[in-house]
Amino acid sequence: MTETSEIIRSGACRIYIPRDSAALALGADRLARAVASEAARRGIAVDIVRNGSRGLFWLEPLVEVQTPSGRIGYSNVQASQVSAMFDSGWPACATQDGERPMPATDPDGSWQAGMPACVGRVDAIPYLAKQQRLTFARIGVTDPLDPVDYEAHGGLAGLRACLALDAEAACQTVLDSGLRGRGGAAFPAGIKWRTVSRAEARQKYVVCNADEGDSGTFADRLIMESDPFVLIEGVVIAALSVGATEGIVYVRSEYPHAIAALEAAIDVARREGWLGPDVLGSGRCCELRVAKAAGAYICGEETALLESLEGKRGVVRAKPPIPALSGLFGQPTLINNVITLASVPFIFAHGAQTYREFGMGRSQGTLPVQLAGNIRRGGLVELAFGVTLRTLLDEFGGGTASGRPAKAIQVGGPLGAYLPPAQWDLPMDYEAYAAVGAVVGHGGVVVHDDTADMAGLARYAMAFCALESCGKCTPCRIGSTRGVEVIERIQRGDTSSRQVRLLHDLCETMVSGSLCAMGGMTPFPVRSALEHFPADFGLPAGAGRCEAA
Amino acid sequence: MVSTPHATLAPLLARHAGRANELLPLLHALQDREGYVDPAHVPAIAAALNLSRAEVHGVITFYHHFRSAPPAATVVQVCRAEACRSRGGEALVAHVEACTGAHIDGEASHGVSVESVYCLGQCALSPAVTINGELHARVGPARFDALFADAREQGGHD
Ligand SMILES: Cc1cc2nc3c(=O)[nH]c(=O)nc-3n(C[C@H](O)[C@H](O)[C@H](O)COP(=O)(O)O)c2cc1C
Ligand code: SF4
Ligand code: FES
Repeated sequence: MTETSEIIRSGACRIYIPRDSAALALGADRLARAVASEAARRGIAVDIVRNGSRGLFWLEPLVEVQTPSGRIGYSNVQASQVSAMFDSGWPACATQDGERPMPATDPDGSWQAGMPACVGRVDAIPYLAKQQRLTFARIGVTDPLDPVDYEAHGGLAGLRACLALDAEAACQTVLDSGLRGRGGAAFPAGIKWRTVSRAEARQKYVVCNADEGDSGTFADRLIMESDPFVLIEGVVIAALSVGATEGIVYVRSEYPHAIAALEAAIDVARREGWLGPDVLGSGRCCELRVAKAAGAYICGEETALLESLEGKRGVVRAKPPIPALSGLFGQPTLINNVITLASVPFIFAHGAQTYREFGMGRSQGTLPVQLAGNIRRGGLVELAFGVTLRTLLDEFGGGTASGRPAKAIQVGGPLGAYLPPAQWDLPMDYEAYAAVGAVVGHGGVVVHDDTADMAGLARYAMAFCALESCGKCTPCRIGSTRGVEVIERIQRGDTSSRQVRLLHDLCETMVSGSLCAMGGMTPFPVRSALEHFPADFGLPAGAGRCEAA
Repeated sequence: MVSTPHATLAPLLARHAGRANELLPLLHALQDREGYVDPAHVPAIAAALNLSRAEVHGVITFYHHFRSAPPAATVVQVCRAEACRSRGGEALVAHVEACTGAHIDGEASHGVSVESVYCLGQCALSPAVTINGELHARVGPARFDALFADAREQGGHD
């Protein structure tokens, strides 16, 4: 509570207004200007902090006021409401006597109708309180670019712990934590780190994959915009552990706010000596820069990403050689997703065992689930592996945004399967999902209500593959276009078993004949839609199954 | 735009000369300054970076982000990916086409072009659009009309 007493002494009221792009997309910048000018006009001292987002996006812009009893939130605040809010005594936060009550939802009529709802103490909101935020612990709490705030909330403890270890022990820590790649393929991170670490080379690289192309995902964006230091710390730990001196974060061009936040944070980190020739006075070097992508989904695939970093078209490379041994410019390269790397500081600070205690089976630690699409309370939900879609949809999400029954949930991005209600009690676990032909992927969960046309979504999956294919292999490049045509024929009413068989054959060819998961997994959403929602294709029950065709 | 293309290009070529791997940063810098990558620049870029013209052309056309012609005065991007589809994204596309007169991913109409984009990271607040690069979430038809009118006013010209 030292923060609070400081404010009370200075007399200024601390107000948090997010600068995460979700809040900006709902008018947070205008809102911040309105609060500042209204306060100035009335002679009220305020200290506006532009924090990140808590990831409770349905409440954005979520304004918080620091009070002696914690941070009190106001949801969906619009610039046009600010003047009326001040009229009714807002922000009645910590004043000299420290005791002024907060205007609540409106017990005595002082908080007018049409004004934003007071949601009480933000950290007590069940959606947040029920989460297990390890990687996202600081999200929305801190000022993303304030290094003092970062350290005060546990930042750098992981890096300091890492500096005390040799490379072998550091890689062993990651291995022991059970951490698997959060970018999609779920490969054990520790094994990859050790491979790069043991490779002999003059120059090694750490590449952070921040291409986040999957629809329904925003966890990488949230980290970069709301707590970029944790990613920087993760990259430095990785670089020290594998013997690299250069890190590159490859960020998609659709994320200008994330790029700006990360670049600003890198500047701060360099100034603070967390990066550069002498990391935290250890005498060890780590440089870091941002590379801007250019709007090609396939460049999220690690080898296409490397081609892109080398200035070429993003065409997938055949493996072997694996990037861990021959990656960027032919040098050993550690490629990890943003969330993988951002999870690492916690693991080093609190111990591999602590992290490993979360989760189930071979899916250890936490998964930042991204609740998206037709959902009432969309946002980031970090939980140990094992949660079910039903819990996420009902308890966290509060059902669909439209209020209609949910029909299908796509998990794992555009290459992930559509799960019907019968599969919503499955625990979120890499192996449990794989067993039913689904994927957890990067943790995107996109809900569709009963108005969704699953044939149309299957057609879209094929069309997206046709649009984004790198063109290297025929099943993907040509098959996806043929797939669009076949689905269109079925949609037009040609529901003969010949067309259905053709679609299955095509899917089979793509699965078995594609070099990467773009062509190899596009059949997942297509086949699951066909199998579980045959009526949307004009087919009788059971007719969408592979064996039936 | 005041500067001639050459004045923009020369310092960029100098900065990235001989470094083929810096083709993307160069193209980004060029497009940030001029709004697009003029195909007339391809030979000079190729020569400076020791690449063939075909390689440079191949890269420009591979990436959706790079434009080969100047953008319209007002550019609207509408997200077409799944999370936006689940909240009426395609109906929004139809609405945007109707009120701008521009066909999505087609020619501009009255200084407005409408483009597809695949995910803006606002999937929990869909549908999402950008208007002249500014991001907006939870955009229904009525909100689009208001935002679009605002942007046209700010843009000042038709
Ligand atoms: C078509 C395709 C797109 C991908 N897109 C991404 C992406 O946007 N972000 C990401 O981290 N991984 C993506 N991946 C997975 C990467 O190839 C790679 O597995 C990952 O970056 C490794 O990091 P991790 O082990 O930390 O997950 C994609 C893979 C494929 C086949
Ligand atoms: S499957 Fe598609 S995206 Fe992947 S390498 Fe082949 S053509 Fe390229
Ligand atoms: S799917 Fe439209 S913003 Fe992500």
